[in-house]
Amino acid sequence: MTDTAAVKLRTTPLHARHRASGARMVPYAGWEMPVEYSGITEEHMAVRTRAGLFDVSHMGEIEIAGKGALEAVQRISSNDASALKIGQAQYAGLLTPEGTFIDDLLVYRMATSHFMLVVNAANTAKDYAWISEQVKLAGDAAVVDSSSRYALIAIQGPAARDTLQQLTAVDLSDIRYYWFSYGEVANARVTISRTGYTGEDGYEIFVPPNMADRVWQSLIQAGRGDVIPCGLGARDTLRLEAAMRLYGNDIDESTTALEAGLSWTIGWKKSDFIGRERLLEQKERGITRTLVGFEMLERGIARQGYIVTSGGDEVGRVTSGTQPPFLKKAVGMAYVPVSLSAPGTQIDIDIRGRATKAHVVPLPFYKRAMGSGVI
Amino acid sequence: MTPDPLGDSMAYPTDLKYTKDHEWIRISGDIAEIGITDFAQDQLGDVVFVDLPEPGRTIKAGESFGSIESVKAVSELFAPMSGEVVEVNPALKDHPDAVNGKPHDTWMVRVRVSDPSEAGSLMDSTQYDAITRT
Repeated sequence: MTDTAAVKLRTTPLHARHRASGARMVPYAGWEMPVEYSGITEEHMAVRTRAGLFDVSHMGEIEIAGKGALEAVQRISSNDASALKIGQAQYAGLLTPEGTFIDDLLVYRMATSHFMLVVNAANTAKDYAWISEQVKLAGDAAVVDSSSRYALIAIQGPAARDTLQQLTAVDLSDIRYYWFSYGEVANARVTISRTGYTGEDGYEIFVPPNMADRVWQSLIQAGRGDVIPCGLGARDTLRLEAAMRLYGNDIDESTTALEAGLSWTIGWKKSDFIGRERLLEQKERGITRTLVGFEMLERGIARQGYIVTSGGDEVGRVTSGTQPPFLKKAVGMAYVPVSLSAPGTQIDIDIRGRATKAHVVPLPFYKRAMGSGVI
Repeated sequence: MTPDPLGDSMAYPTDLKYTKDHEWIRISGDIAEIGITDFAQDQLGDVVFVDLPEPGRTIKAGESFGSIESVKAVSELFAPMSGEVVEVNPALKDHPDAVNGKPHDTWMVRVRVSDPSEAGSLMDSTQYDAITRT
């Protein structure tokens, strides 16, 4: 992280609400964001057992529209956007020609020739520049950074649907996992997406900035104590339990989609996309390292950047690690040689100079019990 | 910073001495208990693990003697005074969150102090309170 003290931080439309509610605010990706409200453990457990509310308005939105929009998205996104129906979303990588990550994102198909990409806050400007350049080369489409047009509020957890349903005429049972719909929530015109970054069922709601506080407060009230505001701290521990990759930690411009275990986001059948050639090569040759989950066998917590060793030799690095509140076990993710990636394989994590035993476990660490109709 | 949840300068017990690194020490005779302050636990958030030296180990004033892990971060523990560890708080193994609940009552190690004069360079509660407000 760079020193952000001298930089004017951006604020979301909910900034005053966070401050007034006593959230601890921190600089994050150029924004001043709430890291915790009542505490990471309490917020984390609320999402696993009831529901939590997150301000993720710092996320960027980039829209691509026009006759050549599908062709443009197909070129820049790793996944196959032609498989998307209108009203459907998919997870994908924005890849370099080397098959590594410029960013990861969600691709929403708004109309036949209109897509919206939801990208990481820290990468919005970089992504927009890259996408604009690529689309210029590829064809007939306009690229717009529409980030300032949306506040984004996530409600996540088993009580999310019942809470949100009280505030909208949209029948939420009609929105399948990774689909979205339009309607009103607390009288605000919104887009409701059945997506999230917690491993729980829930929704992400795109709200006009001037209505964000009203929607936020309405959700808290409708929750009657079951819905509590959550910060980025719990968002991070929740996504780690669910083994969702975090850009900058688990994936970046030095790791490929194959190494990151994200081959399911690669549209192999597409005739072309940026990074395809190198990924095909890597697929044929075989990868040498891969992202794995691990659990500590001895006391100690692995953190990002800690060295992974095997027989005393450095073999990799931890990309994410903590002791998340629901698991109550120290876990993490790390890149290790493929020969050390099978579940059960013992590795050591260098925790402040001490080789501390861990073993590889399957991902995700946490998977919610699926009710009927979740997917 | 969030507002101080305790609200006034009486929050820090007057029978403790404090370091700029947010440890406290309670000295009685040649034995002293060491813990972290309310300010420190509030900054760390939910504590999940405290890594402490074995009894018999010598710790040195100003140097790291262990670490404390919260869900979001790890932080080193610095010894307010030098001495030999005579006891480690056994309750912390199963209830590390006691540090969050009662920070000034939850000692981590008991130390046989080797140089009582080191206490002179530590802060009292009023001085410590002042540095947490800057």
